[in-house]
Amino acid sequence: MKSFFRMSYPYILWIGLFIIAPMVMILLYAFTRSSDGAITFKFTLENFGRFLSDPTFLKVLWTSLRIALITTAVCILIGYPAALFIANLPEKRQTFLILLLTLPMWINMLLKTYAWRGILMNFEIESEIKVFIGMVYDFLPYMIIQIHTAIAKLDRELLTAAYDLGANKWRAFLKVTLPLSVPGIISGITLVFLPAVSSFVIPKLLGGGNYVLIGNLIETYFLVAGDWNFGSAISLIMALIIIASMYLTRKLDTSGKEE
Amino acid sequence: MKAKKRGWRFFTSGYLILVLAFIYLPILYVMLFSFNDSKSMISFSGFSLRWYEDMLENREMLESIKYTVIVALIATGVSTVVGTVAAIGLSKARPLVRNLILEINNLPVLNPDIVTAISLMLLFLSVKIQRSIVTLTLAHITFCIPYVILSVMPKLRQLDDNVAEAAMDLGATPWVALTRVIIPQIYPAILSGALIAFSMSFDDFVISFFTAGVDVQNISMYVYSMKRFNPSVNALSTLIVIAVTLILVLANLIPALRERKNKREDT
Repeated sequence: MKSFFRMSYPYILWIGLFIIAPMVMILLYAFTRSSDGAITFKFTLENFGRFLSDPTFLKVLWTSLRIALITTAVCILIGYPAALFIANLPEKRQTFLILLLTLPMWINMLLKTYAWRGILMNFEIESEIKVFIGMVYDFLPYMIIQIHTAIAKLDRELLTAAYDLGANKWRAFLKVTLPLSVPGIISGITLVFLPAVSSFVIPKLLGGGNYVLIGNLIETYFLVAGDWNFGSAISLIMALIIIASMYLTRKLDTSGKEE
Repeated sequence: MKAKKRGWRFFTSGYLILVLAFIYLPILYVMLFSFNDSKSMISFSGFSLRWYEDMLENREMLESIKYTVIVALIATGVSTVVGTVAAIGLSKARPLVRNLILEINNLPVLNPDIVTAISLMLLFLSVKIQRSIVTLTLAHITFCIPYVILSVMPKLRQLDDNVAEAAMDLGATPWVALTRVIIPQIYPAILSGALIAFSMSFDDFVISFFTAGVDVQNISMYVYSMKRFNPSVNALSTLIVIAVTLILVLANLIPALRERKNKREDT
């Protein structure tokens, strides 16, 4: 049976070429400078310094984080009740509703955003609100499904026990359902916040041209300015922020459990 | 008490209907206005098929559909084969090796798309490969394989190793054991992996945008690059929505039908 392992050799080669090597390229470019299109192999932190010392760039970073945070919060606020109400339905109806929620997720995100562009053309709303509508629309199903999975897994006996001990509906919800559904919220946050920070399509299509997020910045430095070193540094900063925030949310989750 | 309960139920179903309405609004809106006979997205002035005719005359749009389908088909085929074969191999690897490779396999899934996209673009540019449909397809295969592996791997873990072992003890070559014993058992997982891969490739924008170069564009890139609002995109969206719904219904129906048939044969 051990000989079967050889079957994964082609993929290991593929991983090396198309996952590892490209990641190394980003690191390489982020920590060097280029002159006349060729990298000079000398370690430098100049690219990072340039980003962190310029208020314009920091403002873009802040806007991206703020939009991602608000999007995530709104998704939880709208999505939690929806997930809870679905979980309280008979099982057959639950499956059907989840199916209804999953169906639009298979449809091209750009086409859905373009549809919003058509709808929102009719209204005089601030472009930031338009961006929020587009973002919440895109991510809401992920949040609902994650929270629903957590609530549906919950042991119903615990609720019965809470009622037997004299808890009313609210108390039972606050003391049993809500704490036990936190893992669902956490994985929902992972699925919403992470792509929301780096999103650049929705802001561009719905927010008009003057709406710059970190994703748009990376796009500009790679495709317009052709400064790959600086572009790589920006994407590394973004990746670090995402990893750090994921680490923090996980930490929050486990510290909540220890209580 | 009873009235209160009924009121609550009324509230919860109302809420769910509102959420679903929000999620289906743009889809239904686009479907309706694809049949509008004017360019307006506000008032429906009459039924017509002009945007569908428009679509058929729009060479750029048709090209983008063609590229999207070709790339999605190749990426699905290659990633399904490579991913399944790799998953079977990995399931027999030492845990340390397997976990390391699965961690790396997860990178394109967890990384923001834009990071995967620029990493691949840097790779192609630095080894001086002109970005084209070839680099586009390579990039798509790269981000599709992890989904196939993630879909097949859990199923492989449930398999009883002894069955393949027994087949080989009885004289089956590894190839026969593979194609007659292992693959038939994980077939549904392979199919769903392929379906996810196809949809990932079909819908991708960010990675395509950075790896396709200037001569090739898929549907997403075409929509992104459009300067003015063009209602024939509504027609295109409508057709895609119908196709996706059909595929999903079939994908859910076929296994159910087969099961029913098997049951009938059993009795």
